[in-house]
Amino acid sequence: MKAALTSRDALLTYAIIAMTAVIAYRFPAFITPSSLANTFNDTAPLMILVIGQMIVILTKCIDLSVAATLALTGMVAALMDGAGVPLALVIPAAIALGAMLGMVNGLLVWRVGIPSIVVTLGTMTIYRGVIFLMTDGKWVNAHEMSDAFKALPRLHVLGLPVMSWVAIAVIAIFAVIMTRTVLGRSFYAVGGNPHAAVYAGIDVGRTQFAAFSISGALAGLVGYLWVSRYAVAYVDVAGGFELDVVAACVIGGISIAGGIGGVRGAILGCIFLGIIKNALPVIGVSPFWQMAISGTAIVLAVAVNALQNRPKGRLILKTTETGARA
Amino acid sequence: MPQPVLSQPVLSLRALSKSFPGVKALQDVQLDLYAGEVTALIGENGAGKSTIVKVLTGIYQPDAGEIFLDGTAVKFPSSEAAAAAGVSAIHQETVLFDELTVAENIWLGHAPKTKWGLIDVAAQRGQAAALLDSIGAKIDPDILLRELGIAQRHLVAIARALSIDARVVIMDEPTAALSHKEIQELYELVETLKSKGKAILFISHKFDEIFRIADRYTVFRDGQFVGAGLMREASEAQLVQMMVGRAVDQIFPARARNIGDVVLTVAGYSHPTEFADIRFSLHKGEILGFYGLVGAGRSEVMQALFGITKPSAGAVNLEGQVRVIRTTSDAIAAGIVYVPEDRGRQGAIKGLPIFQNASLPSLTKTSRAGFLRLAQEFALTREYTQALDLRAASLDQDIGLLSGGNQQKVVIAKWLATKPRVIILDEPTKGIDIGSKAMVHEFMAKLAAEGLAVIMVSSEIPEVLGMSDRVIVMREGRIAAELTGDAMTPEALVRAAAGLGEAA
Repeated sequence: MKAALTSRDALLTYAIIAMTAVIAYRFPAFITPSSLANTFNDTAPLMILVIGQMIVILTKCIDLSVAATLALTGMVAALMDGAGVPLALVIPAAIALGAMLGMVNGLLVWRVGIPSIVVTLGTMTIYRGVIFLMTDGKWVNAHEMSDAFKALPRLHVLGLPVMSWVAIAVIAIFAVIMTRTVLGRSFYAVGGNPHAAVYAGIDVGRTQFAAFSISGALAGLVGYLWVSRYAVAYVDVAGGFELDVVAACVIGGISIAGGIGGVRGAILGCIFLGIIKNALPVIGVSPFWQMAISGTAIVLAVAVNALQNRPKGRLILKTTETGARA
Repeated sequence: MPQPVLSQPVLSLRALSKSFPGVKALQDVQLDLYAGEVTALIGENGAGKSTIVKVLTGIYQPDAGEIFLDGTAVKFPSSEAAAAAGVSAIHQETVLFDELTVAENIWLGHAPKTKWGLIDVAAQRGQAAALLDSIGAKIDPDILLRELGIAQRHLVAIARALSIDARVVIMDEPTAALSHKEIQELYELVETLKSKGKAILFISHKFDEIFRIADRYTVFRDGQFVGAGLMREASEAQLVQMMVGRAVDQIFPARARNIGDVVLTVAGYSHPTEFADIRFSLHKGEILGFYGLVGAGRSEVMQALFGITKPSAGAVNLEGQVRVIRTTSDAIAAGIVYVPEDRGRQGAIKGLPIFQNASLPSLTKTSRAGFLRLAQEFALTREYTQALDLRAASLDQDIGLLSGGNQQKVVIAKWLATKPRVIILDEPTKGIDIGSKAMVHEFMAKLAAEGLAVIMVSSEIPEVLGMSDRVIVMREGRIAAELTGDAMTPEALVRAAAGLGEAA
């Protein structure tokens, strides 16, 4: 499986390189360092959300409420800032609120046993509805936000904006969590075979709860970053973005059936989508073609997964095993 | 009861054989079913009863032998062919559709049609009502099947059998999940079917009901025909003798019975629906066999001990300490592990490498502050897989790429690596060939010799008798008998499991 995974990630890498080459041929400026850094920075919110979504999908669930969570925490962050709360409190509060919203999803899945797609389809509408109730549908605009609030994600440190650094930090932290901690291992075990996980002493529901909490916390973090970067907060912020997040996971080889996938693939999936969104408009590809291309990429990715994971037939012939023993 | 008529059987099987890889499920068996008579098919678990049902209903194709219908050789290449020939089966868990109405269930696949080729809903309902009426079932043909209990589902299944004008009705343990009253009603229904001239094959483990309703019997043992005859000429003792046979022709490892102190005591262990008053103790170095019919509650007790289900009452005492086991991780921490029957589904996690599978229940020991220590995981995996002679290219390889036997070794290594004090093996040799069986038996003997306390749940009498130091027989969720030494005979096991009491 490791060989298959690397070859899968490799395939995606070739596709990204080929696509970049085609774009660079038409528009050489795209591959200048600053342009690539821009593309990365534009894709940073997607990457952070995809890490959370990946964990949820690994445990055989799905979180459709990420974009709504982002919008709600972003709005709360903007309102807190408007009320004069210092930024050092606003950001932890956004993360905590996101985590709580994720826990609501997680509790409904764990304790009530509702399928995650139903839970998050519901909370996705509820969370947006809460924004409307809080604001009566009014926008929080740039002039209502403090300068510090707006400046942080754009602040350049060592040549990259803080937004990019946050994404890099999240990727690094979760690369470690997924491969080097007991929690990370449990996500794979729960999604790989929930029955076996129970017998091995892992609480499947609690692990799924943890996944939703992480996804919510990361959405809360992005909520602040998004609202401050675009300097506007309203009910429909990041509307429909949850589909991009799920799409990046699927393109990145995270199996919707759970248990298969990793941070590397997920990030490659984000880069692929990020290039489509950022570069294709530059070389004059119409938005409809962009949608068609990303749609094709999703179907292709799923097809590649399905072909790779196709059962190789039942082991009835015993020759290999007895041969080895003899 | 009408006198059995000595006429030509409606359906006959002759010299029928069916093999699966490593298992001869049926060898040269014969069976005759007569119109208007009930033939009981008797045999232990694994005698080949389910296989014969599947052959008769066209699900399995026999390797050799013939099926005669009214004296003419026929073949049932599909379940449709069997149904068209008039063979209908009512299974333990009858295959019907919850979300369809009773009438739709009865007529699915052969519904009356209007002249436009659409289903004639009115005719379907009317004919369903008539069929239900003819068997005395008071069921509204318009309600959804899911609203019915098991007994009523049987009635629907029987009405369906009548709707295809079945001549042979197979009832596979139809009373397994019925109440006393429902069983009486089923007996009456069987009488009705007999009076309609149906040939009935009745599969049951319960001697009282076989004597109550069967006219004839056929006994299978280990996939072979042992004998047949008229019920009124048979005695219980004779049937039990035929079922269990004589010598056990399997060789089990000799072991030094070195039984130590009590490790585990269970008392008053009860569950609201699955078992009650379970009481036993288990010693170091002992193999304790749990025998019973399928569904007697053995696995359910073990799953409760392992924290998968919650008992309602009772105490578990492990090495002198009272233990409350709420979750599987509690059980693992207490030193109890359970190797489930369905090792494919409940054992290996495909997609994860061998070492991650093997270390999974031991992660609390191999990690520090939530961080994994991969070197320790590899060391642990290497230690236990080497002991089991695992054949794998690398411990980093996906477990899904291993052969079934090697996957099982990883699963067993996984449990041994937790250093348990009590190991529960549920049907450890089910579905594996004779050679692998012997390896598993030797391995169990070795575990016991090393001082582990072993509980073996098994439905195979030779295995239970050959491996256990002591046997507990369960029946309908309770302990029916505890047998040791010379009392451990095949007859005693069968009697206790079937609820026949002591009289010989």
